[in-house]
Amino acid sequence: MELIIILAVVGVIVLGLVLIYNSLVQRRLRIDEAFAQIEVQLKRRWDLIPNLVNAVKGYMGFEQSVLQNVTEARANAVAAGAKGPQEQAAAEGMLTGALRSLFAVVENYPELKANQNVLELQEQLTTTENQIGFARQHYNATVLEYNTSIATFPNLLVAGPLGFRPREFFDAEPEAAQVPTVDLGMSSPPPTS
Amino acid sequence: MSAASQVQTFHAQIAANRRRSLLLVVLVIGLLAVFGFVVGYAMSGVPEGGYVATAIAVVIALFMTSVSYFAGDSVVLAASQAKPLRPEDAPQLANIVRELTIAANIPPPKVYLIDDTAPNAFATGRSPRHASIAVTTGLLQKLDREELQGVIAHELAHVRNLDIRFALLVGVLVGSIVLLADFFLRWTWWGGGMRGGSRSSGRGKDGGGALIIILFIIALVLAILAPIVARMVQMAVSRQREYLADASSVELTRNPYGLERALAKIGTDKEVLEVANRATQHLYFVNPIKKFEARASNLMSTHPPIVERINRLRALTGNAPVDTGALTALAGLD
Repeated sequence: MELIIILAVVGVIVLGLVLIYNSLVQRRLRIDEAFAQIEVQLKRRWDLIPNLVNAVKGYMGFEQSVLQNVTEARANAVAAGAKGPQEQAAAEGMLTGALRSLFAVVENYPELKANQNVLELQEQLTTTENQIGFARQHYNATVLEYNTSIATFPNLLVAGPLGFRPREFFDAEPEAAQVPTVDLGMSSPPPTS
Repeated sequence: MSAASQVQTFHAQIAANRRRSLLLVVLVIGLLAVFGFVVGYAMSGVPEGGYVATAIAVVIALFMTSVSYFAGDSVVLAASQAKPLRPEDAPQLANIVRELTIAANIPPPKVYLIDDTAPNAFATGRSPRHASIAVTTGLLQKLDREELQGVIAHELAHVRNLDIRFALLVGVLVGSIVLLADFFLRWTWWGGGMRGGSRSSGRGKDGGGALIIILFIIALVLAILAPIVARMVQMAVSRQREYLADASSVELTRNPYGLERALAKIGTDKEVLEVANRATQHLYFVNPIKKFEARASNLMSTHPPIVERINRLRALTGNAPVDTGALTALAGLD
């Protein structure tokens, strides 16, 4: 009789361990998926930029430095993709800054502001920036859920010995804290067409 | 719990709303259990009759509701004259929906457009995989990108929080109570009370007859009150889920201001949504039936008053609550 009770208790404990282990693995995998989704959005942005640069090039003869910045920043970001998360985050931050400068300059060109192509591309880039932001936000949410579950009782008894370590949150790009400056680099008025 | 210039996190608001709606559901379940038992006992003269009566009522109500569960969204969409959206018709709307499905981590719902100048929106569908949202052309015209994002996030929050399914669950419970009450009152009307009384006195228990009479009276009182109470609880649940969707919208966008301005704009808009009616009013972002919206502070409203919704959002950022007079200014329309 006592043997049955002991076996039942052991069975319940083992079942509990299995359930906890499975849920921790699942949460850890969700983090990896969320990270991959950020990559998807970043690539989307890379693809949109050449179209944007072409659309505005004809109008902005004087703003070559701004366009140059955007093209170079994009090339750096694509290259940094292979170099690791730190470098990539930095490069993508530079690209965000360069794009902001470009759109600040577009404000000075009424024909450009009203141009249908430019407006559509602007909307595309806005939505891509939002998607990148939301993808990062969701990533942080999965990290929070996972970190909380390995730190709370009773999971913490299992997590440590089985090698579940906390993961890092995604910080805002360093450039987000700086106000982008716009270098117009011109002394003559913009061309009228 | 006053909203006077206190700061609250949306986490706290979400937790509180979920707790309250769960408590309300437990209340309805309790009401159904007690009422069913009393009615069944009073009609049949034995306690077992109570369990059977409750079970039968629940099964019938479940059956009636399952039709709504599986086909409900197509009925509602057709009744609202909603047309499927082609992305090229409203690219910004399509983009906003896509952004927010990333934030909410749900599959993209089908998007519909309602041709009406009144700004409003609704979501329907029994799970994220079978969800649809509909938006009026008036909403697209009158709101800017940030405000539209807030409204769509609210609707997607309804989908993610399984509010439609939750409402159907409550509907089954309330439907069962209404069915039981109806059945019991008819049964009494047609002289059932005498049959029950004679059956129990036939068992020869002295106290049995008196007990049955007392039970009968209780059942009668409950049959009149229970449906009313159940409906009131149903409305309270609906209002809690609206607050929950507002707080979840902020969880998704991390931006209460867009939603706040959207509520103020829609609250001051005078247009009437032609396709809405009493059957569909509970689904919309703001109650589309103007006189119901104006009386939203009473216990029978599907939606909380707009000013109260705005003040809860303002509590998230520590801003002072406002009253109705301030809505036009908040909407940026003056």
